[in-house]
Amino acid sequence: MSLPSKDMMAAIAATRFGLGARPGEIEAARGDPRGFLEDQVRREGADIPKDDGESAPVRYAAFAELRQERRAARQDARMVAGDDMKPIPLVDAAPSANAKSEAQKDVQRYIRQKTTNDFLSRAQLAADTEAAFRERWALFFANHFTVSQTKQATSIVIGPFEREAIRPHAFGRFEDMLLAASTHAAMLTYLDQAQSVGPGSPAARYQSRKGRRTGLNENLAREIMELHTVGVDAGYSQADVTEFARALTGFSIGRAQDPDVGAFVFRANTHEPGARSILGKAYAQGGEDQGVSVLKALAADPRTARHVCGKIARHFVADDPPPALVKRLETRWIETDGRLDEVAKALIAAPEAWEPTPAKIKTPYEFVISTWRAVGGRPAAFERLNPILTSLGQKPFYPPSPKGWPDEAGAWASPDGLVKRMQWTQGFAAAVADTRDPDVLARSALGARLSEPTARAVARAETRREAFALLVMSPEFQRR
Amino acid sequence: MTDRSPSPSRRSFMAAAASLGVAVSFVGRQAHAADGAKKLIVVVCRGGMDGLSVAPPIGDPGYQALRGAIAIKPEEALKLDETFALHPSLTSVHALAKQGQARIAPAIATPDRARSHFEAQDVLETGEAKVYGADSGWLNRTLEVMGPGKTEALSVGTTAPLILRGKVQAASWSPGKGLDEAARLPTLLQDLYKGDPLLGPAFARGLETEAMAQAAMTALAPAPAPAAETGMMMASTPTMSAPRMNQPGGRPADNRQGREAARKLGSTLAGFMRQADGPQIAALSLDGFDTHAGQVGQIATRLTYLDAVLDGLHQGLGPEWKNTVVVAVTEFGRTARANGTGGTDHGTGSTALVLGGALKRGGIIGDWPTLSETALYENRDLAPTLDMRGLFKGVLVDHLGVDRAAVEKKVFVDSAGAKAVTGLV
Repeated sequence: MSLPSKDMMAAIAATRFGLGARPGEIEAARGDPRGFLEDQVRREGADIPKDDGESAPVRYAAFAELRQERRAARQDARMVAGDDMKPIPLVDAAPSANAKSEAQKDVQRYIRQKTTNDFLSRAQLAADTEAAFRERWALFFANHFTVSQTKQATSIVIGPFEREAIRPHAFGRFEDMLLAASTHAAMLTYLDQAQSVGPGSPAARYQSRKGRRTGLNENLAREIMELHTVGVDAGYSQADVTEFARALTGFSIGRAQDPDVGAFVFRANTHEPGARSILGKAYAQGGEDQGVSVLKALAADPRTARHVCGKIARHFVADDPPPALVKRLETRWIETDGRLDEVAKALIAAPEAWEPTPAKIKTPYEFVISTWRAVGGRPAAFERLNPILTSLGQKPFYPPSPKGWPDEAGAWASPDGLVKRMQWTQGFAAAVADTRDPDVLARSALGARLSEPTARAVARAETRREAFALLVMSPEFQRR
Repeated sequence: MTDRSPSPSRRSFMAAAASLGVAVSFVGRQAHAADGAKKLIVVVCRGGMDGLSVAPPIGDPGYQALRGAIAIKPEEALKLDETFALHPSLTSVHALAKQGQARIAPAIATPDRARSHFEAQDVLETGEAKVYGADSGWLNRTLEVMGPGKTEALSVGTTAPLILRGKVQAASWSPGKGLDEAARLPTLLQDLYKGDPLLGPAFARGLETEAMAQAAMTALAPAPAPAAETGMMMASTPTMSAPRMNQPGGRPADNRQGREAARKLGSTLAGFMRQADGPQIAALSLDGFDTHAGQVGQIATRLTYLDAVLDGLHQGLGPEWKNTVVVAVTEFGRTARANGTGGTDHGTGSTALVLGGALKRGGIIGDWPTLSETALYENRDLAPTLDMRGLFKGVLVDHLGVDRAAVEKKVFVDSAGAKAVTGLV
């Protein structure tokens, strides 16, 4: 398989491996396009967005305090109402409930403030970074280990989750990322693990004496197998899922009243006693180590290598990736025991990844970020991102299910989506295009990927705004 | 470029849709007036809807014991017969049931048994016997066999669901800024996309649909006051209805405003379907049924929305209701026993709701396997007695009048084992 010209490779490095070219980026990659990408791979992991830097426990402590205030306010409201038993409605305009709704607003405000700042900081990093392949690689794994604002308790720690569980391990061992993700408060709340109790555990017996029913929740166990590791076609059974869920009992987080609120804790008294058998492997009776052993075995399973490498190839190269490419990545994964830096280098080395015809349609996030990068700018406020991403179906931090955002053209190249992209581009052009030379922009954004029809359309446009909109909406800018 | 604000009714329609986690899609716009034409609406309830809460078998001796605290209380349930009732939130469905215009299929499932959301939704939407059997949806293939050229496809919402993806190009629409007819850009872009097999047709369809939608929305009922609109969005944002940590059960929220928004969504869709060029077939998804924890409150909220959407469709279709069948289905049911966190895990059999003025009066659709320990599937789930494809096939053939052989050969391939349900209409 022959490689395209250096000029074409430089354009591909910046747009397919990266997040769209900033002015000068393609030029910088021209000397050695592969080296330009390899230099971005580093053992210490991906970059950390410049957000407030608060850890998950810090966030949860503050959140618990606000919720405590809300509870107290509710109590006051009840006293005023003179009826301790009356249920408090969610929305209540009665004067006696003012205190409560104020406190509730504080909780909502706190969530909004944290999540919008986390998202904005991450988008600014993506727009600014000179190591955009590194960032795209981290974003891939953040989506692989999806957590979502669809759960309120999860929403305030999505930023910390990416910072603590994903980014440090982006070029480390997959096993370490799997362990970090599976023990992080964001994942433990998002997939209901924090409350799962072994039916034969001391805690379950104690609760049942008090007439309370507790037990297993298999949500996290199932999704780890189906989505994060071996994949849905690996041939596991319901019994494997249930056994894994039993092994994971005890994986939880510190409660609101505890000093370790929001941190990972292993609750031995909720752990299901007994030995386990999962995917044909036996695990001795144990505590935290039992679940950890299963996670390690799943990370090392060759089906995990195939599943995750298939997803990497699909994300970077094509919706239906060349089998030879998947094989290369898989082989490297197995040779290196899941070293993600080595897998990243194998991707850069693979000739299939440099096919000049772009096969991927940009997701809304990629489209919006790459437009900012094209003009060397960055989004200054969350409000610049939220409306367009929401209307294109990629609401910030709100992936619809544990499977994460879709990674196929069919999901994003919808008729309505294209019209919306055009409308947004027109507004963007009105703000940025008047002071820039569109021909220069077209060359710096697309390099050798700029097609003759697009170059001509841009050159013939009536206004700079129109030229800019044509560039951004061109087939080659919409693809990567 | 002139900046046009979206018309309030369009804005509220989508605000309602987005905030409820609802995506609407419709297909089958026929060249001529939709009045009098048979209509089909498929509601996909995503996340694994708990059939035993939708239509609780309160007369089954096993029910209370299996469900414990999350069982629907017999005195609150809306009674259908000696065995079955409806969830207390399904008041409109219950009113229709009393008139013989709503029925339940209480033990239905797709052929998939993997208990994976994504696999099961794929199987439900492709209509195949197993996952990855096809990459087109069965509603799209229905259009194909109904006659190419006669029908068009449109999805409202930002991504097209699998159920209507396929050879017949599905347009999609959701309100945006509107088009500026004076701008040259759309024309220039169409030119640029001329040789592009993906972007070219999609963009052309998008422009066409936007124009049609603008016309359609202008014709709709007056918009609600802006204040009401804001309230709607606040009351029904997903974070408000999502289960909370350390708060088992959640609270059946005061979701009156969410209900209004959902009803408006249903009646707006009905308005589209009643238009001269309106769609004959529509698909709509409702998310949020994955009730692993705090099920009682979560499912009450979702079923309130479902009931309101169905009520909106019923009211909005008006005289066309008599030509309509609505089917509400989910990818799988949930475990018969409650789990340890006030919820249920992924299961197998669930309940489908079948509604419409075109429906014949009748009892339950399919058999009831009972909830006795020995009857449970793998000693865990409600055992399915009816293949969902049989229900769909019955509706396509008897209601829409699609050729039986074509349904067997092209729409539901390999479904000989799933006999078409007859006598629905």
